[in-house]
Amino acid sequence: MILAFGVWGYITVAWVVTFSVLGLYSAWILRRGRELSRDVPEDQRRWM
Amino acid sequence: MTAPAPGSQLAATRVAPNSTGSTATRVLGTASLAGLAALAVFGLAISPSDAKLGETIRILYMHVPTVSVAYLAFVLTAVASAIYLWKRTEFWDLLAASSAEIGVVFFGLTIFNGMMWGKTTWGTYWEWEPRLVTTTVLFITYIGYLVVRTIPTEPRTRGTISAVIGLMAVVNIPITHKAVDWWRGLHQSGTVLGKVDPDMKGSQLFTTYLGLTTFLVLFAWLLIHRFRVAFLAERAAERGLQGAIAERRAEGGPAGGGTRP
Repeated sequence: MILAFGVWGYITVAWVVTFSVLGLYSAWILRRGRELSRDVPEDQRRWM
Repeated sequence: MTAPAPGSQLAATRVAPNSTGSTATRVLGTASLAGLAALAVFGLAISPSDAKLGETIRILYMHVPTVSVAYLAFVLTAVASAIYLWKRTEFWDLLAASSAEIGVVFFGLTIFNGMMWGKTTWGTYWEWEPRLVTTTVLFITYIGYLVVRTIPTEPRTRGTISAVIGLMAVVNIPITHKAVDWWRGLHQSGTVLGKVDPDMKGSQLFTTYLGLTTFLVLFAWLLIHRFRVAFLAERAAERGLQGAIAERRAEGGPAGGGTRP
């Protein structure tokens, strides 16, 4: 499929996959942080 | 009884938010988003195609920053692992683990982008040549590091084992980096800290440095959040353990009323 787009197909796939993976990983970290924050008392999660 | 000051509740929220966010992460996060947007504009539109690489240079705008951040993350893991073995404090163990996980994500992207570039340039996604083989070994080693950390054991034992692995694994970075010079292969010689003069200027050079800077800021943002998640997970696990112990004690009935062996 990406062959049909030539070089720009590979460029697009590289950029989209990179941005998507980093976006999904960031979202997972933020979501996990919110979930865990509910289980931990306030005095143990005071960030600077 | 006096009413609380209008700003006091806000101040309390800032001190103990229901997330891993803080002022520092908000600044870094905003800078990362702005940098990524600018990188997309420069990397896909403004920067011209290269005389030798053609349009494929646009894949390298992703490939070079991701591998640089991955190496940085793995070196940080090794440094934090060494300090953990010396100081034996939770901070360094969690920092090492957080950095390793982010490094694996960036290194996976490095390999993927390299495959995309390889297909357009070499005509193949993969070739068992020295740089790619050593890269694969490095990738698998750090996945192994993360797998070892999931083995249920006492935190100090887990920290010690993973710190030793973290220190041993980093040795493979210079081997991977120098593989292109030591053994003949398809991959070009090292550009970053290497012999090849990339011969970049103007917007190509700017885009390359923009990518490196943006991904470094993103790495800092991810590392702070991931470290805090790891810290919260430890606290939550401790609370779970304490709760289980309290439950077992309660099953024994009132204090002094339990059966003795």
